[in-house]
Amino acid sequence: MVHGGQIKEGDTILKLEDVHMSFGKVVALAGVNLEVKKGEIHSIIGPNGAGKTVMMNCINGLYKPQKGDIYLKGDRVNDLRPFQRAERGLSRTFQKLELFGGMTVLDNIRLGRHIHLKSGIVSGSIYVGKTKKEEVESRKFIEEEIIDLLEIQSIRDKAAHMLPYGLQKRVELGRALALNPELLLLDEPLAGLNLEEVEDMARFILDINEEKRWRVTCILVEHDMGVVMDISHRVNVLNFGVQITDGTPEEVQRNPEVVKAYLGEDDLYSTRR
Amino acid sequence: MTGAGIEITKDLTIPKLFVKQCKKYGKNKVAMREKEFGIWIPFTWQDYYDNVKYIALGMVSLGLKPGDKVAMIGDNRPEGLWAEMAALCAGGVAVWLFQDCMMDEVKYIIDHSDTKIFVGESQEEVDKALSIKGECPKMKNILWDDPKGMRNYHQDFLMSLKKVKELGRELDQKEPELFEKLVEQGTGDDVCLLFYTSGTTSLPKGVLLSHWNMLTMGHNLMAVDPCYDTDDFVSYLPFAWIGEQMMSISCGLQVGYTLNFPEGPDTAQENIREIGPHVMFAPPRLYEGMTRQVQVKYIDSTWIKRKIYELATKIGYKAADLKFDKKPVPLSQKVLNWFALIIMQKKLKDHLGLSRLRHCYTGGAAMGPDHFRFFHALGVNLKQIYGQTEIAGISIVHRDGDVKFDTVGTPIPETEVKINEEGEILSKSPSVFLGYYKNDEATAETLVDGWLHSGDRGFIDEDGHLVVFDRSKDVMTLNDGRPFSPQYLETRLKFSPFIEEAWAIGDKREFITAVMCIDYAVVGKWADDRKLNYTSYPELSQKPEVYDLVQKQIEEANKDLPVPAKINRFVNLYKVFDADDEELTRTSKLRRAFVTDRYKDIVDALYSDADVVHMDTTITYEDGREQRIKTDLRIQKLNI
Repeated sequence: MVHGGQIKEGDTILKLEDVHMSFGKVVALAGVNLEVKKGEIHSIIGPNGAGKTVMMNCINGLYKPQKGDIYLKGDRVNDLRPFQRAERGLSRTFQKLELFGGMTVLDNIRLGRHIHLKSGIVSGSIYVGKTKKEEVESRKFIEEEIIDLLEIQSIRDKAAHMLPYGLQKRVELGRALALNPELLLLDEPLAGLNLEEVEDMARFILDINEEKRWRVTCILVEHDMGVVMDISHRVNVLNFGVQITDGTPEEVQRNPEVVKAYLGEDDLYSTRR
Repeated sequence: MTGAGIEITKDLTIPKLFVKQCKKYGKNKVAMREKEFGIWIPFTWQDYYDNVKYIALGMVSLGLKPGDKVAMIGDNRPEGLWAEMAALCAGGVAVWLFQDCMMDEVKYIIDHSDTKIFVGESQEEVDKALSIKGECPKMKNILWDDPKGMRNYHQDFLMSLKKVKELGRELDQKEPELFEKLVEQGTGDDVCLLFYTSGTTSLPKGVLLSHWNMLTMGHNLMAVDPCYDTDDFVSYLPFAWIGEQMMSISCGLQVGYTLNFPEGPDTAQENIREIGPHVMFAPPRLYEGMTRQVQVKYIDSTWIKRKIYELATKIGYKAADLKFDKKPVPLSQKVLNWFALIIMQKKLKDHLGLSRLRHCYTGGAAMGPDHFRFFHALGVNLKQIYGQTEIAGISIVHRDGDVKFDTVGTPIPETEVKINEEGEILSKSPSVFLGYYKNDEATAETLVDGWLHSGDRGFIDEDGHLVVFDRSKDVMTLNDGRPFSPQYLETRLKFSPFIEEAWAIGDKREFITAVMCIDYAVVGKWADDRKLNYTSYPELSQKPEVYDLVQKQIEEANKDLPVPAKINRFVNLYKVFDADDEELTRTSKLRRAFVTDRYKDIVDALYSDADVVHMDTTITYEDGREQRIKTDLRIQKLNI
């Protein structure tokens, strides 16, 4: 395994080994394994309560698993705090929106950039030299790469809580991207969106995964099977904290246990018209 | 410098004028700005020249010959204008498509116009072109300028404008004189635009316009209302609309004012405010939108603000009426006007982006007198333009100080207008088009002895103003035998912020009825305030409370009308009329024959004793998907 620093396409970027997580007597994750390769969209699916979000929180560092190891770019990160993992190129969005409602869209996105700003209070207050350069670069990045990509020009100065839900989800993705991540955790980015918004969001996910500029590896937790099967390279199926299978979308669709976990639905695509 | 300063000869072409202006202004003046990445980015006339030159030469490298058609589609942006100007410089003919055209329309126009090069904006337009490539073998190249989403497209006939410019540069190195030579080739009688009119009845017809047509039109309009090269103009209406060509190309080039392109269609309103244009030309729909915005904000604001608004509006209407009646303005009124300006008008105009406006025009469809008075009461110099694509967009305009809200004004210089025995408006000017492309029959019907037959009915009033009654075929006969314009009634109804579209019916019937489309946002807000539950447009439109609301708006419009012209019954439609469903033209005119056929059940029910009409129909979404709708619509009767 490659350790730290730069890793190549196809190398393992994230690895979970035998991760256990329980809350009291409730076992949320019972020995889960996951291996995500750089450049892929790796989806995690499973019925409600399967432990998907717990897994996200373990990767992200919000929860600390009782047993098992988590490797990010080859380094064990179990003991790192969330912001330290963010510094290593890990970013995420939330199932339930976690935007700063009273702040503008632009400020929310800028916040995601904060980790890359090196200037201190003093140089920041006089705003010269390096600080100025850093600020200009940051502005350029946000405007040219994020706002343009997500097509949110018309709302950049609006307060986040005033926006419709679909746009708030987009802003959250924008904030996660401002971190310029290598690995992005997307926790149900399509939940609660209408068909048109789902199509847009799926396109954005593909863009950030495929576009040369980004090439972000994505871990996608999602219930919309149509989208999951269409855009994922690999799919991991969880059920009550136990991993059922991990494979390509075709393999997963053929797996009888997966079908059973989804209440015997014959056609996984039937979750959306 | 005003536009009238340029002499238009039969030898002058748009490219020749373009080169002349570029040389004159060079690097010292901004030709256009585009807001991108949150910043206004300027392009000088030299940048304009360079871009056009290399794109033109690139198109020549791709095999464009004089007379070949180049089709363009996309939002308003410098690249779109450069591509058009480049096509003209190379001796080609420009064809513009509406950005929201459905596939069938795109296919029809590309095929019918024999388009050789297609210029799209991004993936969306390229996809449209690719899907019809097989059926339009004459289309050789597809160009694009926004790389977003284009990473997986590698076909040979696809090319970015950047690449085209490189080809152009190579050709320029080989033949440095070529561009100037190409520009010198043309004469004023060459075709420069092939514009498809959005017919209210049939398939679009291709209107052929020459350089001479376009330049004389701009020249004659500028003679009435001069513009200056220090002016700003915001280009945000579709280039496929002749009015935008008139302002951006014909007038813009002659005067040399700065064109400003908004960041995107949904930021246009905000960007207009940032620029504060000096001149503006838009279809009524836009002004109706502004009026609605003001009315809705008024309802929402605090008591004190409402009172201030009411006071200032009252003063404003008084001033407007004096102006319309051409009466002298007494000193007391002048003081009041100033007062109204300070307390409300200045601020409101600023919010609408109208502060610096010298002239603004409406045209392309009928605008109601109520809207007209509204803007004049605000102190905005709104004037009517009347014309057709076939006359390069304009034949008649209001003069400053001679604005009447029920007329469209008087002819521009070099233009004659008369009414024939049938009451049809005929016009003649140097800007009258060359004919319809591949349709001699229609040309012969429309163009008789140099007179353009408009198909509109109207008359000339005692002041020499033209009054446009309605489309000849739309004029209704009331039950007392008098002719009546449904459009007039509809524009009056649309003054209400709650009504988005209206359709008046009643030709040779006992009484008049109407099909109404509520404005979802405004009525939705109104319903929210009253705690009415609804989940969708169809449900909201059928609420009894909403019916009563609409009835009140109709009663308001009915007020001053003779009894036979009053609306007796109406029905709220479960959707808004839409160009994608072919109910409106792309310029938002109601296609009466089509809706009469489509909603036959509703029309029948309105003239029977039924209280409810059952509907079962399909609607088409923008991406082509269809949905079946089954619903019952209630018919409400008014007490006349």
